[in-house]
Amino acid sequence: MEGELAHIGAGLAAIGSGAAAIGVGNVAGNYLAGALRNPSAAASQTATLFIGLAFAEALGIFAFLVSLLLMFAV
Amino acid sequence: MAEEKSEGGLVFHPLDQFIVKPLFGDGAVGMFTITNVTLWMAISVVAIIALFVFGTKKRDIVPGKAQSIAELIYSFIYKMVEDICGKEGAKYFPYIMTLFLFILFANYLALIPMSYSPTSMIAVTAVLGFGVFIVVTALGFILNGPAFLGMFWMKDAPAILRPIIAVIEVISYFVRPVSHSIRLAGNVMAGHAVIKVFAGFAALTLVSPVAILGITAIYGLEVLVAGIQAYVFTILTCVYLKDALHPHH
Repeated sequence: MEGELAHIGAGLAAIGSGAAAIGVGNVAGNYLAGALRNPSAAASQTATLFIGLAFAEALGIFAFLVSLLLMFAV
Repeated sequence: MAEEKSEGGLVFHPLDQFIVKPLFGDGAVGMFTITNVTLWMAISVVAIIALFVFGTKKRDIVPGKAQSIAELIYSFIYKMVEDICGKEGAKYFPYIMTLFLFILFANYLALIPMSYSPTSMIAVTAVLGFGVFIVVTALGFILNGPAFLGMFWMKDAPAILRPIIAVIEVISYFVRPVSHSIRLAGNVMAGHAVIKVFAGFAALTLVSPVAILGITAIYGLEVLVAGIQAYVFTILTCVYLKDALHPHH
């Protein structure tokens, strides 16, 4: 029984990946919106873009890690 | 790993590729056992030496192929360090360059089929991540003394909020090495696991064309991710280093 519950928990934790996808899309979309308004300033902000993407994506990876732990370690 | 079976389905586990095996014999993996992880880390170090020592040995005015690649990577990282940390950050450029090259080469060599990806192991990335954390913290205290703690005390925030912000800042400071290392390991591991999941479906005759197309697409994405994650790890190192060099911005 506990094993099945862990699998359900793993599936629920995978929702976090979707939430991270929203975050990553937000960052990239807003960057693009800004970059198209002022293309000359875009190149200087790519580093910030990647930092933002990394922070948003890390949380999705954490969710993935939780589900992996539930699947194989619990 | 995958054996041809007529009934198809998953015949191997997607996480089997991350098993650490000793290279010689079948003994237990101890502290100094030479394993497949060690082998692939050594291969990436040898590849870096080949490119940067032997590739640039001639020091041509008009660089050849290997020398152009090495110069391109060098100037790319140098510019990044200088942009983020400023002129005084250039002193720590060798450390950041070493981190970038090791992660980049380990990531790309891991994309060779049947190879092992050292950066998918949290043990490997945790050493890199916590190494950065310790170096940056020590450097902050050496360069600024106790004033480094002022980083946590926001002077331009309202006085009532300052203690609360300080607590949050301290927590986020200590979570940094964890997220720094798990981000890299998680990204690489997730990508490789997804490729293996698609490879498991490829054994089913009905969906195999779709699965093989999927493997190709995910592989392409992984080539991108390998580069981006090395870049992200390095750029975050630069950002943390900047905090140590100029804690008051």
